[in-house]
Amino acid sequence: MRYRTRTSRTAVVLAAVTTLAAGLLAGCAEDSDEDEPGGSSGGGGGGKGKTTLTVGVFGAFGLQEAGLYDEYEKLNPDINIKQNSVQRNENYWPALLTHLSSGSGLSDVQAVEVGNIAELTGTHASKLVDLGKTSGVDKNAYLDWKWQQGTTDDGKTIGLGTDIGPTGICYRKDLFKKAGLPTDREAVGKLWAGDWSKYLDAGKRYQKKAPKGTAFVDGATGVMAAVHASGKEKFYDAEGELIYQDSAGVQEGWDLAAQFAEAGLTAKLQQFQPSWDQAFSNGSFATVTCPPWMLGYIKDKAGDKGEDQWDVAAAPKPGNWGGSFLTVPEAGKNKEEAAKLVAWLTAPKQQAKLFDKRASFPSAEAAYGLPEVKDAKNPYFGDAPVGQVFAKAAEGVPVQPIGPKDGIISQYLADTGMLGVDQKGTSPDKAWDKAVKTIDNALDQ
Amino acid sequence: MTDIPSDTRTAAPSTGEEGAAPRARAVAALDPAAERRRARRSRRYRWDMKWSPYALIAPFFLFFIAFGLFPLLYTGWASLHRVELGTPTDMEWVGLRNFSRLLEDDFFWNALRNTFTIGIISTVPQLVMALGIAHLLHYRLRGSMFFRVAILTPYATSVAAATLVFVLMFSRTDHGMINWALGLIGVDAVDWQNGDWTAQFAVSSIVIWRWTGYNALIYLAAMQAIPNDLYESAALDGASRWQQFRHVTIPSLRPTILFTCVVSTIGATQLFGEPLLFSQGASPTGGSDHQFQTLGLYLYEQGWFNQHLGRSSAIAWTMFLILVLIGLVNWAISRWIRRSA
Repeated sequence: MRYRTRTSRTAVVLAAVTTLAAGLLAGCAEDSDEDEPGGSSGGGGGGKGKTTLTVGVFGAFGLQEAGLYDEYEKLNPDINIKQNSVQRNENYWPALLTHLSSGSGLSDVQAVEVGNIAELTGTHASKLVDLGKTSGVDKNAYLDWKWQQGTTDDGKTIGLGTDIGPTGICYRKDLFKKAGLPTDREAVGKLWAGDWSKYLDAGKRYQKKAPKGTAFVDGATGVMAAVHASGKEKFYDAEGELIYQDSAGVQEGWDLAAQFAEAGLTAKLQQFQPSWDQAFSNGSFATVTCPPWMLGYIKDKAGDKGEDQWDVAAAPKPGNWGGSFLTVPEAGKNKEEAAKLVAWLTAPKQQAKLFDKRASFPSAEAAYGLPEVKDAKNPYFGDAPVGQVFAKAAEGVPVQPIGPKDGIISQYLADTGMLGVDQKGTSPDKAWDKAVKTIDNALDQ
Repeated sequence: MTDIPSDTRTAAPSTGEEGAAPRARAVAALDPAAERRRARRSRRYRWDMKWSPYALIAPFFLFFIAFGLFPLLYTGWASLHRVELGTPTDMEWVGLRNFSRLLEDDFFWNALRNTFTIGIISTVPQLVMALGIAHLLHYRLRGSMFFRVAILTPYATSVAAATLVFVLMFSRTDHGMINWALGLIGVDAVDWQNGDWTAQFAVSSIVIWRWTGYNALIYLAAMQAIPNDLYESAALDGASRWQQFRHVTIPSLRPTILFTCVVSTIGATQLFGEPLLFSQGASPTGGSDHQFQTLGLYLYEQGWFNQHLGRSSAIAWTMFLILVLIGLVNWAISRWIRRSA
């Protein structure tokens, strides 16, 4: 009897071990062994005849929130849409890159931020479907520069634009009034029209009579980013060469932001930090460069106290800040259906709806004439005609070459450069050298 | 154990036996099959005894190989290549270049220095305080269980939650609790995050807060194992509480202290979450001057932010080698202590 129990116990243990080991091996081997690379797009054959499309996005992307998935599902009863959302793009993007190169773990549709799109068109175009050829996609409906950003050098359009971020200047009427500046949005726009240095002059005027405890802008890094976005060239030239050290636009932005910091016109804040959020509700600064998607953010943070205090005027020179693309990975199981979905989601009509519900500004020029955009007013911002203000800005956005490392360069220029000038009083030259050193180290493979 | 040999003995009659009875012969006729069966059983049993411990421990090693050893070796392999995060399969052999460039990489040395200083200013007070707290808890206290659980709660909080609270407390603006408290005693507000030492102090304070209780409990457990007669005879000799602590408690705790030193040193070398979340926007640079960037953070920055997996792997391996070195030093010290004791 003892034998029997012993052996059976051994058998159980062995079985357990083998199961574990098998599970382990299977777990590791899954990626390579699986014949269907669209790992997470599983459930494609869930209900017979019903296709499930997965959409990978970052942050509160808005497509779901605006009800666009529901609408598409209604129009196409045999399609089911599921969204996988990652909170921050810093986490979403590296994962997307590794998934693309291994060909697994991908959603059928993947969103890509504008700061990353050049890396996709440059090195990963072969892993993505050419959406330019999808039926229903009209190149002419889009802003040309947006279309170009999602297109490779040899003309393959791998990403269709969703939204863009043409910039204006959001300002507080109450603070402007106390400081003796005009408050009407036309007059405010004229204060600095066409030239960033006039923005600096307005700041100096503001400072002379500034209400106690307030500054003209939130922080120097924000000013720098806004100027950089509005130049003809930023970090790369049209040939794709890295020119950030000699680019006139980069230099202009750096110098101007440093002047803001040195003249004490900033509240020394870094954007999207808790202290920045607090400053909105405390009203500690008077202006901030704002793309349309930031209006909702300001409303959230400034709250009821800020109601009717804010307004939005034209920027000295408009630039583009943010915006995204939708792509379809080749490894997906439902490429055709996914491409159709993308074409529908990025069509002017849907973009106008997204703007109406989520304030994501359309990248399709054809949407600007639609009532959702043309007649849009923002009650929180003193009924500013935001649709027209930003449509005008969008037309003035320069066609700026973007490069694969734009995101890294701009973050380091801010975090290890201008932030020090603003918050620690580092001399601009020293801070520039430091930022360049960090960037060079970061770009060196 | 003992029943098998005897069992086998009776079960396997010797073939040379004489005057076997017919019944015995009948049994003998069955012999070859039965004997084989028995032999098989006994062999199986011997294997069982010999191998099942290995089978039982195998799951751990399988997991260790898959998630510990393999990544370690593969990281070593990757560190000899130029590998980018975007194209991880595309590896270009560069030999030891990723290591040699670390020698002239200011950011690496800066991170190493920061790791060292943060390690010192977090580990030393942490262990000293843990020892003191353990000593206090060792006394008969009312509600001692409550205190023991209470000091362990920081250890049970997540790094992220704890760090976020500390970020608010060390905030530069007037809303920071620490600056507010300093203001009460007439000290000007400190820009904690932007100063070299203040930032490192702030990061260390998170580590101290989280780990002191844990170490205190380990010390407490070791203290409770010290025989009471030692204290009694010390008391008879007229030793004060402090003298008892110095001459009885500390020497008996030596191995435990060494253990906590090793564990804390390893933890300090790998410090990552606290400095990452302490910086605004969880940026991997560890402040605008890299003033609190640790090795772990630099590794992360190179690999996942700058997307250079090869360079990142080289940093990982350097960290590993540093830990091996620290381990060796510890081993030498413990041997020396044992010998001198």
